[in-house]
Amino acid sequence: MSTKLRKKQAVASSEKQMMKGSKMLIEALKQEEVEVLFGYPGGAILPTFDEIHQDGIRHILARHEQGAVHAAEGYARVSKKPGVVVVTSGPGATNVITGIADAMMDSLPLVVFSGQVATSVIGTDAFQESDVMGLTMPITKHNYQVRDVNELPRIIKEAFHIATTGRPGPVLIDLPKDVSIETGLFDYNQEVNLPGYHPTIMPNKLQIRKLVEAVSSAKKPIILAGAGVLHAGASEQLLEYAEQQQIPIASTLLGLGAFPGDHELFLGMAGMHGTYPANMAIYESDLLISIGSRFDDRVTGNLEKFAPNAKIAHIDIDPAEIGKNVETQIPIVADAMEALKELINQNGVKGQNSLWNEELKHLKQEYPLWYKEDPEVIKPQQLIERIYEKTNGEAIVTTDVGQHQMWTAQFFKFKKPNRFVTSGGLGTMGFGFPAAIGAQLAEPKTPVIAFMGDAGFQMTLQELSLVQEMKLPIKLVIVNNSSLGMVRQWQQLFFEERYSNSLVPVQPDFVKLAEAYDIKGFRVDHVAHLDGAIEEMLAHDGPALIDFRVADKENVYPMVAPGKGLHEMIGVKPE
Amino acid sequence: MKRIITATVNNSSGVLNRVTGMLARRNYNIESITVGHTENPAISRMTFVVVVDNQRSIEQVIKQLNKQIDVLKVSDITDESIMSRELVLIKVFSCPQQRAEIAAVINPFRATIIDVGKESVTVQVTGDQQKVEALIDLLHPYGIKELARTGITAVKRGHKVTNAEERVVLIN
Repeated sequence: MSTKLRKKQAVASSEKQMMKGSKMLIEALKQEEVEVLFGYPGGAILPTFDEIHQDGIRHILARHEQGAVHAAEGYARVSKKPGVVVVTSGPGATNVITGIADAMMDSLPLVVFSGQVATSVIGTDAFQESDVMGLTMPITKHNYQVRDVNELPRIIKEAFHIATTGRPGPVLIDLPKDVSIETGLFDYNQEVNLPGYHPTIMPNKLQIRKLVEAVSSAKKPIILAGAGVLHAGASEQLLEYAEQQQIPIASTLLGLGAFPGDHELFLGMAGMHGTYPANMAIYESDLLISIGSRFDDRVTGNLEKFAPNAKIAHIDIDPAEIGKNVETQIPIVADAMEALKELINQNGVKGQNSLWNEELKHLKQEYPLWYKEDPEVIKPQQLIERIYEKTNGEAIVTTDVGQHQMWTAQFFKFKKPNRFVTSGGLGTMGFGFPAAIGAQLAEPKTPVIAFMGDAGFQMTLQELSLVQEMKLPIKLVIVNNSSLGMVRQWQQLFFEERYSNSLVPVQPDFVKLAEAYDIKGFRVDHVAHLDGAIEEMLAHDGPALIDFRVADKENVYPMVAPGKGLHEMIGVKPE
Repeated sequence: MKRIITATVNNSSGVLNRVTGMLARRNYNIESITVGHTENPAISRMTFVVVVDNQRSIEQVIKQLNKQIDVLKVSDITDESIMSRELVLIKVFSCPQQRAEIAAVINPFRATIIDVGKESVTVQVTGDQQKVEALIDLLHPYGIKELARTGITAVKRGHKVTNAEERVVLIN
């Protein structure tokens, strides 16, 4: 049944009817055109799961609530629709905390329903009670506890509105068991009325004009593109504007894919493990235009040395991000799409930056990303680069957190938006694998590759069961260096090689593990077999897990050491 | 520097927690906070005295407050023409012989004695922070047994008065 038809039927059958709270929840989800839920049942949420069973709405049973919430994040990132999570009270809710915090940091729209003990026993330390409101208040865009079943439709409608508009983010609805059993009036046709919530979408014309003038007189302009461009769906506009004005572009980690990675104006990722040209361009620029990025410390390095000669223009839908970390001369509160459209329309006089662009082109040729190949050992960068080449960069890629994440950001040149799913702000190990499940559900026909470290994979590997159950054709790439690579790298560089708890001598046999779940698994440990293995993996019609044994002491370079400025990179060239 | 911020908020459960929790986790130092509902029982008004290092910090405080869904309007009224008041209860050690003296001390402040005990009197004073601080200083030598302050609450004046002449016109 098409979603539209479903929605129509839902409307027809549900207009101002009396029904139970749990049924209201399902009806509301249909009105919001939710196609899939991620969750895990338990005592306090049983009435809702009973309704899920009766209705037949699609629910993905993760094997741990953390898996459910990360899958919902992956789904949200790729589909641009809100990820919906349903879990029980107490431990069910606390297990999704990490994912909610992750979604908050990376502005992903989630609507999380947590069961709660009955209102009559809230506050008595009842079985499986926890103060979910208090726990999630700092890590949600907003949260609700439903105290009256008649308020449930309004609350759900508001929750979806808040999660998906303005700067997206997670919204939690705490649903006491008695409220989900009670009967009330379901009316979903009310208008959302939130007097305290009016995101600014359209840019201020005066500020736009100021930016147009600044661009016209700039000699060294640069755009820093962040995830806000992706959330606004403004990739085309970004490309058009950059080409119109001939402004070079650097990207944040989460902004990768917002601008074609193989474009001549693209300098690569900026920040701690960004490219030398991108970081030097920011450092030397006289006009830095940030679009939908929040000047995270991993992007800016030492703030005192950040873009010292640049006039800063900052386009962001969240006014609180403007001026938070970096003093801004041209603040533009707006949706990235609307701001870019306005800038394109203005068609201002181009800046005097042809020399600058030439310099940067030269810098790009002079300082490419590098690694040294080995005749025997697979280099992790090489692994990622070869997969990039063999997929023509068309796959959806998820990563976990650490070295392999940075190498993926460096060597996988994303050409299209919403193809890169990674945990940026919170840096959540255990994210990559379940996020790949959500990504595959969002786009069943697109190949999905999850790059994971051997350590991060073990944090949420229980979801192999879900892959087995659903036969999702995800390709699980373990970039196995038998260590917590990024921790080890920092210990090598900043703790005099005292490898405290970062070398992992004992691992499961990942191939046997895959086989235990009826998933094709194999191991590759020699560079001679690398290409063949990648081809075999990609050709396999179904899930596959490949244990790629890579060089174990490889470091991510180039690098801005903590406390240093972007221009003080180490490892910019092979030694 | 100290800034006086007012916020109108939805009078819903947990809203005080939202606001103070946000200020605490973003590392802002609140000196005082007063809350009460307004002429509209669905809306509460909060008055904060926030201590910040610079103008940029106070801008952040305001933006972060505005970001809360339950916060309807935020104003920094420090530099406006405002009336700010605080109510303070001061229990002062006092033998019966000193009562008259204390009454004389507090009189110019339009403070009142609201309770008398064997060894103490309790003074109630209302006023802006300077006035209140001045009275507390004067009462210190007698020995302050207990002190309770409400924190500042404030509203803007009904008319914007720019100079004395306009004021005369207004009064006439």
